[in-house]
Amino acid sequence: MRARSLFLLIAALGLTATLAACGGSSKSSKGTTSSTSGGAAGGTFIAVAQAAPSGSPDPQIDYTLQEWQLLIFTHDGLVAFKRVGGTEGTKIVPDLATSVPEPTDGGKTYTFTIRKGIKFSNGNELKPSDVKYTFLRLFKIGQSPNAGSWYNVIVGGDACVKTPKTCNLDQGVIANDAKSTVTFHLTRGDPEFLDKLGVPFAFILPTGTPNTELQIPPAGTGPYKWAQYNTNKQVKLVRNPFFKVWSKDAQPPGNPDVILEKFGLSGEAQVTQVENGQADWMFDTPPADRLNEMSTKYSSQVFVNSLTADYYFAFNVRIPPFNNLKARQGVNFATDRSALVKIYGGPKLAVPTCQVLPPGFPGYKAYCPYTKNPGSGKWTAPDMVKAKQLIAASGTKGAVVKVNTDTTDVNKAFGEYFVSLLNKLGYKAQLQALSADIQYPYCQNSKNKVQFCYSSWYQDYPAASDFLNVLLGCASFVPNSNASPNISEFCNKPIQAQMDAALKQGITDPTGANTKWAAIDKAVTDQAPWVAMINPKYLNFVSKRVKGFQFSPQWYFLIDQASVK
Amino acid sequence: MAVFEPEAELATLDTEEFGGEVVGRSPWALAGRRLVRNKLAIAAVIVFVLIVAVSFAAPLYASHIAHTNPFESNLSGTFQQNGKTVQVIQQGAGKLGLGETPVGPTWHAKYLLGADNQGRDVSARVLYGGRASLEIGIGSAVLASLLAVVFGLIAGFFGGWTDAFLSRLMDLIWAFPVYLLAISLATVLLTAPNGLRIGFVHLSASSLWVPLTIIGVIYVPYVFRPIRGQVLSLREREFVEAAIAQGASNARLIFSEILPNVASTVVVLLPLMIATTILTESALSYLSIGVQPPNASWGTVIQDGQGLLYTRPWVAIAPGIMIVLTVLALNVLGDGLRDALDPRSKLRMKG
Repeated sequence: MRARSLFLLIAALGLTATLAACGGSSKSSKGTTSSTSGGAAGGTFIAVAQAAPSGSPDPQIDYTLQEWQLLIFTHDGLVAFKRVGGTEGTKIVPDLATSVPEPTDGGKTYTFTIRKGIKFSNGNELKPSDVKYTFLRLFKIGQSPNAGSWYNVIVGGDACVKTPKTCNLDQGVIANDAKSTVTFHLTRGDPEFLDKLGVPFAFILPTGTPNTELQIPPAGTGPYKWAQYNTNKQVKLVRNPFFKVWSKDAQPPGNPDVILEKFGLSGEAQVTQVENGQADWMFDTPPADRLNEMSTKYSSQVFVNSLTADYYFAFNVRIPPFNNLKARQGVNFATDRSALVKIYGGPKLAVPTCQVLPPGFPGYKAYCPYTKNPGSGKWTAPDMVKAKQLIAASGTKGAVVKVNTDTTDVNKAFGEYFVSLLNKLGYKAQLQALSADIQYPYCQNSKNKVQFCYSSWYQDYPAASDFLNVLLGCASFVPNSNASPNISEFCNKPIQAQMDAALKQGITDPTGANTKWAAIDKAVTDQAPWVAMINPKYLNFVSKRVKGFQFSPQWYFLIDQASVK
Repeated sequence: MAVFEPEAELATLDTEEFGGEVVGRSPWALAGRRLVRNKLAIAAVIVFVLIVAVSFAAPLYASHIAHTNPFESNLSGTFQQNGKTVQVIQQGAGKLGLGETPVGPTWHAKYLLGADNQGRDVSARVLYGGRASLEIGIGSAVLASLLAVVFGLIAGFFGGWTDAFLSRLMDLIWAFPVYLLAISLATVLLTAPNGLRIGFVHLSASSLWVPLTIIGVIYVPYVFRPIRGQVLSLREREFVEAAIAQGASNARLIFSEILPNVASTVVVLLPLMIATTILTESALSYLSIGVQPPNASWGTVIQDGQGLLYTRPWVAIAPGIMIVLTVLALNVLGDGLRDALDPRSKLRMKG
């Protein structure tokens, strides 16, 4: 998932491309710990944010962490990521299904048995036919960002993407209300299919939910229901009177009686409200100049957690000067990643990186060739001598380079750093800072010929392909499209063949596949399609009364598990 | 026959005696004398000249005093202060050690006003920023005035369809909210992959000509209106009719009879326009659509300082003070010039 600013994850901007969702890390820590002691139920939890989640409130369209953090306790999928802090939070557990099925037919068939007695917040009982209806709606609605890239693997899915109105999944999703089963037939084995069933696009909605974009999420099966969705004011969640616990791992009961998220407050105002106890949690990243104060006066209310995310600058490998491998490697050697860590907020909030996969991720093996004294896998210092040699050998010195970034403070500062660095290396660099709303699609569109572009990526679910194949696979480059997540326009046929092989192996042998992904990560890093900069950490700032803070690597702060009583 | 009206009347009134002789003075000389007597206006001139001088001395300050390159990031840099090595960007304090803070004002040559979030010397950037702000402010005010004088003379003198067309064109520009128009133009320039090419003129997004041209164009109507009105009035005056009777050409009427009489209006408006354009430039640069980093203007330095208001307020305060002083000086100077050049104002003062 692409992040617009540090913690505001933007909606994917086109139909097909942006595979992804929100993510977290496999490690978490407060100041570096992940949780405090539990608390009592009741009360109103008040969150504050600068703006409402971008894009549509419809759960099958919305693609933001901000809304997903709320949807996870109003709705359920057949399976779920275990709702706990720490690495356990990446485990897939049964949710509306009684168990997590083993795929059959070479990974192409999944049969789920649906739990009985679960009711939606509108009082209707959950049936297997609701599951089929949900997937039909996912295609029929025509705007679900990942319908064509995640769920088209279901038999009939591709046709549904082409002609949503006549979508027919009779061969792909077979629901049997009498036997309480749902069977999915896929066109090919997909090692990540269960992960994709655990995110909000696939959360089950009641039959009859309109096949048009909704302005408030419809009835769900979770412990809360949506009572208000006003993008200019607030969202309000209240208890679902029909909810009964069926699996604490998948959908535990929530603590607060009411959850409010208020919009329209600047970062400064959010910090002040949390400090004063007027709000319980701020969604946005705290402004840099308030960190010191939070660190000294409010340290017990601060939680810092590692994320499986990348911040990077993508070279366009198809146009000068960075269609030259030596030039790309030269810039990588010259990059002072400790300076970039400082821009982000210091070593407590980010770690330098040279590679695509983030630490702790499946397939991760520390690798950093672009440092002084390489070998340890860790970045230590820039190597300007080698950088200058490579750039001189590339013959690209003197080229004009536009450094594209957005206008948010941190990202603009990254851009300014690279303008300075590239000028030092002999290029004629200029900053092109665009509004965060347009920068990402602008960079993705090959028509705009962006040479060097800032971007970031947060995991959708813990799978190496979610970074390597989504961001650097040949199919992820869509010429002249605003939805082309492979900003580098990188397509290396031998590496792509390795990715395809790893994906195939993942169905039956995930461990072996991850070894392959580690090798792919190394091969891609050697080709330097990016300057991988940092792996960020997430800073949560909560009020004094908040107890039971838990940080899931998949869903981040588990709001409903906190207590304000 | 050039008749400089109505200042000509005052020229007669303002003859003075020197050594028993009655000396006649031109209206410009009289205006100059009146300006020199206005202490407030002279103080404003001194302040403005000082600001211009220090701003244009920015390269000397950066290389010989601060020994810094204010356009280069220095995030991992260090410097010596009181015999100690100090990090330019320092890790946050407290239990958690979160955040990174640039060094604050040292009140010494190096990092006099501290560093910004790229580790650059704020004082050097404020001076360089002043240079850019003044260049753009003065340049765009001059451009706006030149275009306005040309259009105003043509519209006012020829009247009819020419006047109607030019006036509606100016109304069209005027009707746009200034900042919206500037933002639209700047956004187009910033997102055009190869800048903007109009004939042989090529503008890249980082060029100072971009904000200068945008600001210059959007303020043309503000000067055009009074000029056109004055030309319409002058065209009917007796001295113009006398010149016509003598067979003077249109060019001669415009340049010899009318232009000298509108010059004083332009001179009065110019400092006020410069003040306005400096403010506009700062606002646009603050919004990231004027001067582009790593170049500095007072607006960009304020933007850099916005994120440091709690910890390093001087980054935003210093360019703010410079803007206030410059605009104040220019407004006072504009008032002084109006008092000196406007005969009605002179008569009013006498009365």
